[in-house]
Amino acid sequence: MDSQQKHSIEMKGISIEFPGVKALTDVDFKIGSGTIHALIGANGAGKSTLMKVLGGVYNHYMGTITFDGTAVNIKTPRDSIKLGVAVVYQEVDTALIPYLSIAENIMLDALVNDMGHRQFVNWKGIRAAAKEYLKRVNLDLDIRTLVQDVSLADKQRILVARALAGNSRFLILDEPTAPLSQTETDELFELMRDLAQNQNVGIIFISHRLPEIFEICDTVTILRDGEKVAEKPISEFTQKDIVEHMLGRKFDETYPKTAVDIGSTLFEIKNLSEANGAIHDVNLAVRAGEIVGVTGLVGAGKTELCKTIFGALRIGSGDIILNGNPLKINSPHTAVKQGLALVPEERRKEGVLVEEPVYINLTVASLNNFSNRFDFVNTTSERVAAKKIINELGIRTPSENQKVAFLSGGNQQKVAVGKWLIADADVYIFDEPTKGVDVGAKHDIFELIGQLASDGKGIIYASSEIPEIMGISDRTYVMYDRTIVKELETTETTEEEILFYSAGGQ
Amino acid sequence: MSATTSETSKARKKSIGAIALDFFGKWGTLLTIAFLLVFFSIKMPPFKSMANMETIFRSISIVTVVAIGITISLTVDGFDLSVGSVVTFADTLVISMFVWYEFGTVLGIFLAIFISLSVAVINSFLIVKLKIFDLLATLAVMFIFEGVALTYTGGGSISQGMPRLDGTPTFGRIPDAFRLIGQSPYIIILMLVIVATVHIFLNYTKHGRYLYMVGGNREAARLSGIPVDRYRTIAYFLSAFFASIGGIMLGARIGSSQVNAGAGFLMPAVAAAFIGYSVAGVKKPNAIGTLVGAVLVGVLENGLIMLSVPYYSLNIVKGLVLAIALAVTYYSKD
Ligand SMILES: Nc1ncnc2c1ncn2[C@@H]1O[C@H](COP(=O)(O)OP(=O)(O)OP(=O)(O)O)[C@@H](O)[C@H]1O
Ligand SMILES: [Mg+2]
Repeated sequence: MDSQQKHSIEMKGISIEFPGVKALTDVDFKIGSGTIHALIGANGAGKSTLMKVLGGVYNHYMGTITFDGTAVNIKTPRDSIKLGVAVVYQEVDTALIPYLSIAENIMLDALVNDMGHRQFVNWKGIRAAAKEYLKRVNLDLDIRTLVQDVSLADKQRILVARALAGNSRFLILDEPTAPLSQTETDELFELMRDLAQNQNVGIIFISHRLPEIFEICDTVTILRDGEKVAEKPISEFTQKDIVEHMLGRKFDETYPKTAVDIGSTLFEIKNLSEANGAIHDVNLAVRAGEIVGVTGLVGAGKTELCKTIFGALRIGSGDIILNGNPLKINSPHTAVKQGLALVPEERRKEGVLVEEPVYINLTVASLNNFSNRFDFVNTTSERVAAKKIINELGIRTPSENQKVAFLSGGNQQKVAVGKWLIADADVYIFDEPTKGVDVGAKHDIFELIGQLASDGKGIIYASSEIPEIMGISDRTYVMYDRTIVKELETTETTEEEILFYSAGGQ
Repeated sequence: MSATTSETSKARKKSIGAIALDFFGKWGTLLTIAFLLVFFSIKMPPFKSMANMETIFRSISIVTVVAIGITISLTVDGFDLSVGSVVTFADTLVISMFVWYEFGTVLGIFLAIFISLSVAVINSFLIVKLKIFDLLATLAVMFIFEGVALTYTGGGSISQGMPRLDGTPTFGRIPDAFRLIGQSPYIIILMLVIVATVHIFLNYTKHGRYLYMVGGNREAARLSGIPVDRYRTIAYFLSAFFASIGGIMLGARIGSSQVNAGAGFLMPAVAAAFIGYSVAGVKKPNAIGTLVGAVLVGVLENGLIMLSVPYYSLNIVKGLVLAIALAVTYYSKD
């Protein structure tokens, strides 16, 4: 591997259109070996699309791409891989084969493309090589483990290892940190630094978390509405500049917590345990108009708690009480009927129907309100409601008829949130609702949650992002090892205290 | 700059190809039908007579109704192979109601359909409750009910005036009102009414919407509060329901019950439902598309018979044309 030679890839005048959307207009972008380059912009700005062009996913773009100054033709993923470009796309799971081992997944390209005329796999060689790459990404796992059994953070590392196995000179990471905990993020950054500094890899990093950009990147490129609006070394930016460039307007980043008169207890959970022990002995209460935070490290059981309350996991024992009446919940269907709503964590798998248009996605959870008594759906009123929520959340789509598959990642997330804002529930459960959404949209989501609270709804807000919890909640529960270990008044606590209890402190 | 322009023209050329492909994906089935109509009309002038068109529609009516059932099972991302057996079973039942038990038209039909729905009970139990893969579950059920129908008749056929296998004489008559169902135009009207009703049901009602949602992403549908298992069960019941109506239509048309008479409807019905996916770019199982698919199959069969292609070679041509229609349809799905 040419470990010290400098290389560069330059994209010039890149434009691409999809039916009804001009995703990129005349964008220039350049990346050199050994640097970490941030690509940022609001949801739908065109970040992923630009990277897909570089990754050879599209062949109908305009513009040129040069490698070390010579024009190259990138029209298929193969072209891109040959130039040493490896992409870890937003949805990590789609790139790995769950029922194959780590070794096979890392060496996939070698297995598929470099077999030549050999018909038998040289397993010994494959395993040895895989082990080597796994060491380079600092992953201490048995290479025979099946990919389906490892954590999301480890899957990302496996993809990075695969990139190394392909002798990649350039690594594109599209929102790799969105699903990671703080520790996991730190570890990923360490690896990125090592790759850039010691192994001469050029890295393009996409994230909506600005502090991360300042922590790890050398240069920043900002896209807005498919155009490049700024590119400078990170030292010449302040966080405020970046946000203004992204959104194209002045922006106050403080969380808009609305003052609400908090009523009496609306919703209670007593000694709740999941049938297979995913959570145990959880007690929690929400008052009308109150936003209750649930925080804890990734894996502490927040998602499992949300799902158990909602009937998506099986309740083993315990009571769920709304307005003083015990609820009988044995499926999400019964939960919704009794006034609960859940915005689940994994949007593509659980939150949206990608093959359906935006408006159908937005009304699916409240279709009864749009049907007459013969169960015929009133599409006109559906569209009106959908348009309203599209406006309120700033969902970037040519119309309410666009298939959700064609929206950007963050805009899909907004759809997953929006469908429950339309539905009329008493208690709303949000599980990491701002994952992958830009600062502007986060603001809008918070505002809408605030509105629900002032309408007297109860809100459970689960997130591992402590600043968010601090900003939006009235009270906070901290989870550790599958149960709630501490209850805190948000105004009287600090991030340090929350972290202390999250880590199992007593 | 020159690089940019050559890139541009290349992009254009590609997109014309893509547009053509898209066009065929959407309209390929209808074009194929149009082509076949013209082709057969030129080759065989009587082909285009009103009487022959009526024949075609009459011949596809049962296949279409059965295919509508399959279409509904496809909406929830399921698959029902047992429909052929249901056709046989319902045919056997309804004829026996008249010939053996001397029931009236309405009661006989009602009982036959009702009993046939036991297939759906078993299907949905196996698939929804026991979580057996739909293809395998309905394959098993297909064999079971082939056997049930045979056992019920004692391994033979039933027709008016024919004694039962154990020699008991029968006195029941097949009512004229019942026979009417099997005749044109009633059988055609029945088919069209069913297609229209199911079309409206799938596209304009809440339940149709839910069926598609369940098929699109079961977990997301479940977490949206849709009772997923209930809708999957409903789909298998509707599938069996329409197959049993197909069986009634068959009984009315041939006025008897024959051993395994329904088996032949399975393949053309499956073909019709799958061809229907792409008609007009819907890209989902849908009732109108299924009708179009059935028309394609019917036109082809009718034309080939008129061209006196021997019956034993018919399937070769039929299969080939279906493969081509499907290729045109699915190729664009990349
Ligand atoms: N295949 C497609 N068909 C139609 N429109 C598309 C397609 N892919 C992307 N788009 C549109 O192009 C725009 C840019 O999308 P892109 O995914 O690049 O955004 P992004 O910057 O990555 O946003 P996010 O931060 O939400 O991930 C969006 O408006 C999106 O809806
Ligand atoms: Mg993106």
